Amino acid sequence: MIAEAGLAALWLAAGLAAFQFLLMILSLRGAAEVGRAMRSIAVVQGALTLIAFAMLLIVFARSDMSVALVFKNSSAVKPFIYKLAGAWGNHEGSMLMWVTILAVAGAFLALLSHRTSERTLLAALGAQAVLALGFYAFLLIASNPFSRLWPAALDGRGLNPLLQDPGLAFHPPTLYLGYVGLSVAFSLAVGALLTGEVDSKLARAMRPWVLGAWILLTLGITAGSYWAYYELGWGGYWFWDPVENASLMPWLAATALLHSINVLAARGALKAWTMMLAVIAFSMSMVGTFLVRSGILTSVHAFAIDPERGTFLLALLAIYVGAAFTLFAIRGATLKEGAPFELVSRESGLVINNLILTVILGVVFVGTLYPLFVEAVSGEKLSVGAPYFNAVAGPLALLLAVLVGIGPLLAWRRETRPVFKQLPVPALLGVTALAITIILWPAMHILPRLGFMVAAYLAAASILPLTGRNPLRAPLATWGMVVAHFGIAVALLGMASNAAFTSERLAIARPGEILSVGPWQVQLQEVTPTAGKNWTAVEAELRAARGDDLVTLAPQTRYFSDPPMETNESAIRTFWNGQLYTVVGKQDASGAWQLRLWWKPFVTLIWAGGALIALGGALALLGRIWRRRARHSADTDFRRRGYA
Amino acid sequence: MKPKNQRLVLVSAALVAVLVAVLLAMWGLRSQASFFYTPADIAAGKARDGEAMRLGGMVQRGSVKHLPDGVTIRFLVTDGKAQTPVVYRGIVPDLFREGSGAVAEGRMENGTFIADTILAKHDERYMPPQLGNLAAEHKAGKTLEK
Repeated sequence: MIAEAGLAALWLAAGLAAFQFLLMILSLRGAAEVGRAMRSIAVVQGALTLIAFAMLLIVFARSDMSVALVFKNSSAVKPFIYKLAGAWGNHEGSMLMWVTILAVAGAFLALLSHRTSERTLLAALGAQAVLALGFYAFLLIASNPFSRLWPAALDGRGLNPLLQDPGLAFHPPTLYLGYVGLSVAFSLAVGALLTGEVDSKLARAMRPWVLGAWILLTLGITAGSYWAYYELGWGGYWFWDPVENASLMPWLAATALLHSINVLAARGALKAWTMMLAVIAFSMSMVGTFLVRSGILTSVHAFAIDPERGTFLLALLAIYVGAAFTLFAIRGATLKEGAPFELVSRESGLVINNLILTVILGVVFVGTLYPLFVEAVSGEKLSVGAPYFNAVAGPLALLLAVLVGIGPLLAWRRETRPVFKQLPVPALLGVTALAITIILWPAMHILPRLGFMVAAYLAAASILPLTGRNPLRAPLATWGMVVAHFGIAVALLGMASNAAFTSERLAIARPGEILSVGPWQVQLQEVTPTAGKNWTAVEAELRAARGDDLVTLAPQTRYFSDPPMETNESAIRTFWNGQLYTVVGKQDASGAWQLRLWWKPFVTLIWAGGALIALGGALALLGRIWRRRARHSADTDFRRRGYA
Repeated sequence: MKPKNQRLVLVSAALVAVLVAVLLAMWGLRSQASFFYTPADIAAGKARDGEAMRLGGMVQRGSVKHLPDGVTIRFLVTDGKAQTPVVYRGIVPDLFREGSGAVAEGRMENGTFIADTILAKHDERYMPPQLGNLAAEHKAGKTLEK
């Protein structure tokens, strides 16, 4: 019954979405009174999808093997948390989660957004309904998560063990919240293009959504990077895997949007530009979903290999993106141009930021899709990997990081002060860092060398906006910007240090033997069998010593039985100045064990930087909400006293 | 700047950005994209020595040899038509087995493929798309044998 209830809720929600869309057409034709109905429908639709998702969680929690999806992706002997996480660790479940977030976001848009004009809001709700409708159709026609299995199975096939990890429980939902949060920006942009009301009011209504989605995307990417780092056991933090790119592309577009939306909110300029970015940002989310969910990629994550679904998603993508771009082409040119600005101004700085981010986005986009394109056209198979992305996007990212130090110092509209007077200290720090790397490590590669230089410069330059005034009285949004920009410097330092100073040791060892890696002496104590709830493993006990530091680590190779598979569970120990990363491999014929050891100085700064960037976003979001509250209560205060 | 001119400048800036992105990407792809070859392609002389590439096929049964250092292996990759010897130094990924599919990244040197990474086939259900046809042929061959 539970599965049927979930399915019924989904059908109802789909019906309501269609109704919501019809009401939007009425409202655009002038029927203003449909507003309340549309809001209520959006809220009920959100509630229905939540019910459907809850039903899916219940069948997974109960390991109800009469549901085909549970049978395929779960098993009764799994730890409870992974039974729940299994609900979205598969194609159908993750698409249901996608749609749920989309509909709930629509509900919140209906409830919370009082800042746009009613007409634009209703048009946006209609756009959100159309988006949801396509994905309901996809779920109900091509990926029903609730289809029954008859006769019911005794036990399921289990979840891909790589995904049996706390990272899985939180990583996809975070990314999805980010992806789908951008749908609201998309719908608001479409709505505003329909009504022609592209103004700073719209930008202020859109900004919290963009900020929120961007924060979650940042966290999702950072967490995903750390997950790949420790779970895959390859010691790398970013592989330029198409699925990683699928999350990076919306982030790049959202980062550009986040900056241009400030121009629209503060100065009423860059109207068409910002609308374009809002459309592109969510389009990239859909491209990402298509890439991951259609299974056309060579990737760990791509588990839905089904041409029908791929075609369906591609058609949805083409319709939505095509329609939005057509609307933009028709309406974009009719938008009134906003307030003018000079060549040297904050606006120009943000335009340059946007241009560079767009170029990086284009480069990543082309690199990710090129192999698919070539194979479709000529049948030739090729792959584009780290060498391409590092060589092309790396220098652009460094250039952007240099400009990040300058942009925030510029004034709106027109900069007349000599801004560069503030920059000698950061520039000096950068040059000093460069000089140090040249003197101490003459053999270092060029990219990490430049990375150290830019990181040193940006760490100082990013805090300049807080100097010359009482930093405690600076607005929270300014603090947010400073923290986020400082986070870039921190992440850059981690990447440069990891690239330049990682030491690696790959060898075989018998119990008692000692291997050295970096400053560490690592002794293999013994290798013992061990077991968990649904796996068995061999576990190596390693004792590592460096001066007075003495630690033990226990990497494992795990063998899962359903589905049959081995995974390397790395053991990592974090110190203030780096991480010791160990993996145990197989036993050779002579009885010795393969060990792979890394010493990675300051590698943790990569993710600390990511977390700082997200924290900066959170501060900015809080600041905006607070200020709005403050203004709001001041207004009501004013009125209550009878002045208005 | 007048609003009209400003719009013109912005639009051209955006177009230039897109153009730059495409040119940069094309330049990068010409030098950095790596082709996917099967042993038959290599036997036909398609791959140049030293060029970054991917090699895909089945690990030949009985071909995996461990070298004395314990961390280097040699094996043959086959596609049914030709074989390519591969050398790999490292811990082989999960589910690397004789008779199952593998994709290796690296380059050819003097007739041997030097692998930098062996891409993990992480799941029994998961198969790199490039190997999909190959596996189908393999299965077809097996049923014929029976």
